[in-house]
Amino acid sequence: MSHLDALPPWAAITVAVLVLLGALFAFIGSLGLLRLKNFYQRVHAPTLGTTLGTFFMLAASITCFSVLHGRPIFNEILIGVFLTLTTPITLMLLVRAALYRDREEGSQDVPQVTTSE
Amino acid sequence: MIRRWLPYPILSALLLVIWLLLNQSVAPAAILLGTLLGIALAKVFGRLRPPKARVRNPHLLGLLFARVMLDIFRSNLAVARIVLRRERGMHSGFVAIPLALTDRHGLAVLACIITSTPGTIWVNYDSTANVLLIHVLDLVDEQGWIDTIKQRYERPLLEVFQ
Repeated sequence: MSHLDALPPWAAITVAVLVLLGALFAFIGSLGLLRLKNFYQRVHAPTLGTTLGTFFMLAASITCFSVLHGRPIFNEILIGVFLTLTTPITLMLLVRAALYRDREEGSQDVPQVTTSE
Repeated sequence: MIRRWLPYPILSALLLVIWLLLNQSVAPAAILLGTLLGIALAKVFGRLRPPKARVRNPHLLGLLFARVMLDIFRSNLAVARIVLRRERGMHSGFVAIPLALTDRHGLAVLACIITSTPGTIWVNYDSTANVLLIHVLDLVDEQGWIDTIKQRYERPLLEVFQ
């Protein structure tokens, strides 16, 4: 028996809609990686997956397991907190590496060093 | 005495909450273990000799949180629109923002805000000139972005951390 059988219809529909919305935002984010033109534009796209995409997925998970267990379950919030705290680190490393390389190559598309760094 | 055992009371309390959430339990055993972990890990954290954060006006953090949630939601939709429409004439670029904020904790929160909001990314922070460089996906009005970041995010952070 799958979990879905144990869920009342209203909960099953809510969870399904939330999961689909989450997947949609994650998908648009990935599509952005493909469609946008340069590196600095592309790094913007995956943030859709880490913000609203994650939000809807977590909301779906919280609804599903709270209904199944008959009590509020919200340890998923921790996933959201840790994602928000850790994504900036990776993104900043990537962007700064790209900026450093572009500056070294003397690219005209990036701002030059203003002061001594 | 209290200072010695609880050098970072907020951190210890947060660790306890995380422990209880992970265990999905408020049984006495879980609370006891969580408290011990909170105290022990906070003492380990103290060994790193972090600069102490002074948080004033904590209610402003709640306001800022609500504001950031709203902005994240709106810019998700904006970026999704850009991706789906394949906008050709879109101009994206770098914006240099002179900051008044110098507190490390405030800057860390600002980094989380700017990076978590789709459409803006924290690129570089120059601590000598105190200038922040961000990249904006859909850049129309450069001065508008500077004003937005300074008014909407930097001002409350200044009041809380500095």
